[in-house]
Amino acid sequence: MSTLLEINNATLKFGGVVAVNDLTFSVDEGEVYAIVGPNGAGKSTVFNLISRFYDPYAGSLTFDGHNLLERNADSVADLGIARTFQNIELFDHATVLQNLLVGRHRHRSTNLMQEMLFTPKVRREEKRHREAVEEVIDFLDLQPYRDKMIAGLPYGVRKVVELGRALASGPRLLLLDEPASGLSVEETQDMRWWIDDIRKQMGITVLMVEHDMGLVSGVSDRVLALADGAKLAEGTPQQVQSDPAVIEAYLGAGAA
Amino acid sequence: MRIHFKTSYEHDIRLFPDWWSFLVYGVLVAIAVVLPWLMDDFFLGEVTNVLIWAIAGLGLMMLTGQTGQASLGHAAFLALGCYSCIIFMEQGWPFLIAFPAAGILTGVVGTIIAIPAIRLHGIYLAIATIALSILADDIIVLMEPITNGVSGKFAPVITIFGIEIERWTTPDRFYWLVLAITILCTLAYRNILRSPLGRAFAAVRDSEVSASAMGVHIARTKAAAFGISCAITGLAGALMGFYAGAFNNETFSIVISITLLMMIVIGGLGSIHGAFFGAVVVAFLPQFLSMSKDFVGGGSVAIPGLETGVFGMILILFILFEPMGIYGRWMKIRIWFELFPFARKDMFKRQKSYLKTERLR
Repeated sequence: MSTLLEINNATLKFGGVVAVNDLTFSVDEGEVYAIVGPNGAGKSTVFNLISRFYDPYAGSLTFDGHNLLERNADSVADLGIARTFQNIELFDHATVLQNLLVGRHRHRSTNLMQEMLFTPKVRREEKRHREAVEEVIDFLDLQPYRDKMIAGLPYGVRKVVELGRALASGPRLLLLDEPASGLSVEETQDMRWWIDDIRKQMGITVLMVEHDMGLVSGVSDRVLALADGAKLAEGTPQQVQSDPAVIEAYLGAGAA
Repeated sequence: MRIHFKTSYEHDIRLFPDWWSFLVYGVLVAIAVVLPWLMDDFFLGEVTNVLIWAIAGLGLMMLTGQTGQASLGHAAFLALGCYSCIIFMEQGWPFLIAFPAAGILTGVVGTIIAIPAIRLHGIYLAIATIALSILADDIIVLMEPITNGVSGKFAPVITIFGIEIERWTTPDRFYWLVLAITILCTLAYRNILRSPLGRAFAAVRDSEVSASAMGVHIARTKAAAFGISCAITGLAGALMGFYAGAFNNETFSIVISITLLMMIVIGGLGSIHGAFFGAVVVAFLPQFLSMSKDFVGGGSVAIPGLETGVFGMILILFILFEPMGIYGRWMKIRIWFELFPFARKDMFKRQKSYLKTERLR
């Protein structure tokens, strides 16, 4: 397996606070890689580094041979990196279908003039986008909500729509920020199957942040434990869960 | 209730969801076309005014309703469109070239102005664009050799393929011209909405963070929104110049900017219908007020600030009771009838929105 995402000695400081401290890890093509850690460990910050919302203080980020630091937040998506957000960031005043179609934005090949006149090419492209989106809708069972406004949808559905929007972009690497937070037991189970299928059927590499250890040990090949922005342990879910340093970070010294 | 059974992607993409709505809009356009034979010249002039305001409303709607960028400077772009179109025509350009050129020029200038402005959000953007409105006034006065300053300019007669069009002598021809431009602008607007750019606009409006994570270039998208918005506004400005016949630096004052913004809020933000509904209110309110003043017998009494007062009150009432504007109310009434008798009172209660990711910039 080849390495898809490589993060070397990444450090990020907000003023005096070190959010990510000299972090090095790599994600292989085709695996599910999970990041765990107590609140404030810097998990989402790592995601925001990869999405280029933050500039690292030091270190390098490489995706499939491309230096991510040379890119803007929007051109990261062009490489095939899609993400979801911890607190759902959907386009509330648009329908589910429109949200998923925004996921296809990186495949836009028409310009303003053509779109204003709605030339046959735009029409053809629209159909192509809709075909791709419809596959995602099928995959995630979103048919009943296709034309519903996001603003009226329940939390669990929004979570799935956000996953769908990321999938619609046809990514190579999927960043899932707490895919199971706020979901019921059944919904978490669904999420687990979906993540499995995303990896096995679609061949998409998944990097996720998650607190639900059941989900993490169920789907992920490797787990990285973070505390205070630094690596605590890395390995299979079992190895990480039994690591004394991880237990100490979660439960405090002496609990083990 | 009409249910659309979608059998192809075409159903989603095409302009009209079904034959019925195609018929409704077709009839509407047909009535609009034969209107000059149904109305006297005074009311035809008023309808022309409504259409011109609606084009201007579409322009601002693209920016504020679709992309979520408030602008209080659109009077400046109306002025630019108006002056450039008439100056081009004074250079001997035919209307059919001068008019689109004025729109393009206004769009380009709007895009250039947008480059610094798109770094601003919400109220700060509104303040920055107010400055534009105020500046435009002074610039028109200062550029007297070109703009004729305070004494203003007169709109020339439009000639298209030998047919003369003038607001006062041939109000029906002028009305048809405005109607054609309105339809073209509306179609272009609809086309943008149903293509990737329109969705990118909505994405920027609702969540910039996730829009950029999906590959939408925020600055470029906002600049495009400014450009399109200003171009349409410029076209409306040129038509306003022809409609007024004469104009100077005070024609396009900051009050026009504010009226324009209020108009689309009252009409309903984020919808094409909203621009038209708002235009009807703005254009007919002064007439309605003077008629009702006649009705209560106070015809000759001048009440300073009556119009703006009533207008402001309407705006406040809408923001309090119907934030979705006239179009929102229209949809509610329609749905109530379509679902009759199953509509529930709490159907349109707005849901609490969930926590948003802290803004990263």
